[in-house]
Amino acid sequence: MTLSQEDRAAVESAARQIRIDTVRMVHAAACGHPGGPIGMADFMATLFLRHMNLSPETLHQPDRDRFVLGNGHTCAGYYSILSQKGLFPREELLTFRKMGSRLQGHPHRTPDMGIDFSTGSLGNSLSVSLGMALAAKSNGWDTRVYSASSDGESQEGQIWEAATAAAHYGASNLTVLVDFNNVQIDGHMRDVMDVRDLRAKYEAFGWHALDVDGHDIDAIDAALVAAREETTRPSALICHTLIGKGVSFMEDQPGWHGVAPGDEDARKALAELGIEGAELEAMMA
Amino acid sequence: MIATPELAPLFDGVEARKAATRNAYGEALLELGASNPDVVVLDADLSGSTKTKAFGKAHPDRFFNMGVAEANMIGVAAGLASQGKVAFASSFAMFATGKAFEQIRQSVCVPELNVKICATHAGLTVGEDGKSHQMLEDVTIMRVIPGMQVIVPADAVEARQAVLAAAEIPGPVYVRLSRASTPIVFSEDYRFEFGKAAMLRDGGDLAIVAMGVTVAAAIEAADMLSGMGIEARVLNMSTISPMDSDAIESAARDCGAILTAEEHQENGGLGDAVAQAVVRTHPVPMEMCGMNGSFGQSGTGDELLAHYGLDAAGLVARAQQLLKRKQA
Ligand SMILES: Cc1ncc(C[n+]2csc(CCOP(=O)(O)OP(=O)(O)O)c2C)c(N)n1
Ligand SMILES: [Mg+2]
Repeated sequence: MTLSQEDRAAVESAARQIRIDTVRMVHAAACGHPGGPIGMADFMATLFLRHMNLSPETLHQPDRDRFVLGNGHTCAGYYSILSQKGLFPREELLTFRKMGSRLQGHPHRTPDMGIDFSTGSLGNSLSVSLGMALAAKSNGWDTRVYSASSDGESQEGQIWEAATAAAHYGASNLTVLVDFNNVQIDGHMRDVMDVRDLRAKYEAFGWHALDVDGHDIDAIDAALVAAREETTRPSALICHTLIGKGVSFMEDQPGWHGVAPGDEDARKALAELGIEGAELEAMMA
Repeated sequence: MIATPELAPLFDGVEARKAATRNAYGEALLELGASNPDVVVLDADLSGSTKTKAFGKAHPDRFFNMGVAEANMIGVAAGLASQGKVAFASSFAMFATGKAFEQIRQSVCVPELNVKICATHAGLTVGEDGKSHQMLEDVTIMRVIPGMQVIVPADAVEARQAVLAAAEIPGPVYVRLSRASTPIVFSEDYRFEFGKAAMLRDGGDLAIVAMGVTVAAAIEAADMLSGMGIEARVLNMSTISPMDSDAIESAARDCGAILTAEEHQENGGLGDAVAQAVVRTHPVPMEMCGMNGSFGQSGTGDELLAHYGLDAAGLVARAQQLLKRKQA
């Protein structure tokens, strides 16, 4: 099943906005992590626009869907999509990482903004997501819990403790989206610590596991539909992405994991994302 | 106690030279790599940040990047040490001690192994990454483990020597290092002695006992106090465990009031450690400058130190409160 042209355009536009916001936020903060969120933009936009029922209207509804950003360093993109969904004013984005901001360097649980959990330490997220999923089940709710994770986070042992338990408890309302970009801080996975076939691993742990092209919006949407339809097992969507996708000089470059673009690189990145003329000058002012 | 060493020019009114203690760690590891074939180094996907990378390049056969898996890293370090290696293991302080506390206790300290945990990015000065990364409880959880020896260097000069010393000291050692460039306190002639405090300046009105990045602030605060006619003794307490309780006792007797300063929780940290020594030897009024039971937040290191009262102005204000209590 593919999306209507209109629906696809909406997701594409939100994904582009994630990329633009990420560049601007990290540039303005002069520190932070641009590569991850830019690479995750397509699956984050698909998830938040088409699957998560989080909005200002549902924000305080106890049985709404939940989201945990396991790779918390990628929060610039998370903040972008939350603001795009109207959960806080877009002007606030440029306070990212500054003293007194609600947009902390790693997410801090803030119910009024729809930030469902505090993260930043890798490895903790899937256990927490499972706890949320078990709570929803025990309440008899239809809540879905979505957990973002990464290939780097998959090196933490606790992820696999959570994976074992999630399958054991048949947490079919839990879906993890793994940003598999083959990059971590010290380099490419193959040079640092290869996690190999994550789909096969999750499958062996008893999960419904799918390899997904993390830049194909139709494929991501179809996988999220399949996850929703799965009734007995938790779902793992292994999203194959390129770090920095859409900004040519960041693509597949571990160096852009956690370095802010300076003025020149920010300008180049924004231009590649289709910002030009007066709009570009205003953004760079 | 180490007799008053010569200090770096900052404290003669010259602009401070700055360096990060993590860089000194990287340099010391290279020295150790050349001098001691038993030294091995482990990291957890942060070798560029912790500065172990250069050792890895020089000695690829003695370097193990374990990926983002700190508990496993400490366990493997313990196994290497059990076979006669001197294992240095590094990550950010939050994860090296937080993720792997149990492995440090069970697999390193119980069997008394030569594992040297050198953790960087400790404290508030990690800055914008915020509370998830600002480790403010590491000294507490390390110093309470029997057999764990804890060193918090004041600057890069001391850090290099502390790392070299850690390789020689038998058993587990924890060295707390910083991300940020911080003022160089000591001249190159300074000699670190494990287990000994250094008196950086003498005075009889109060003693300021500091560790890590707050040592420079303590010296600056002592200068400001001196301008107000108050003379402070300043102690660099770089070995937290075992603590130089003789130096604390003398400070209590000679000054009659003690202020502690640390980029760390007061609970269980330097403040508590000094208080234990004080109540056991010569009780006097004390104040503690540290984190008073809260987490940090995003901001620049300097903004955060000022916000939580850990810069020179913050120490001066607390010193004045303390002197009121001393006089009461
Ligand atoms: C427990 C823990 N250890 C170490 C870190 C430091 N760290 C932050 S991101 C990262 C690399 C993670 O790899 P991945 O999530 O795949 O990063 P990306 O693809 O976004 O570059 C590391 C080691 C951390 N945040 N948490
Ligand atoms: Mg990755």
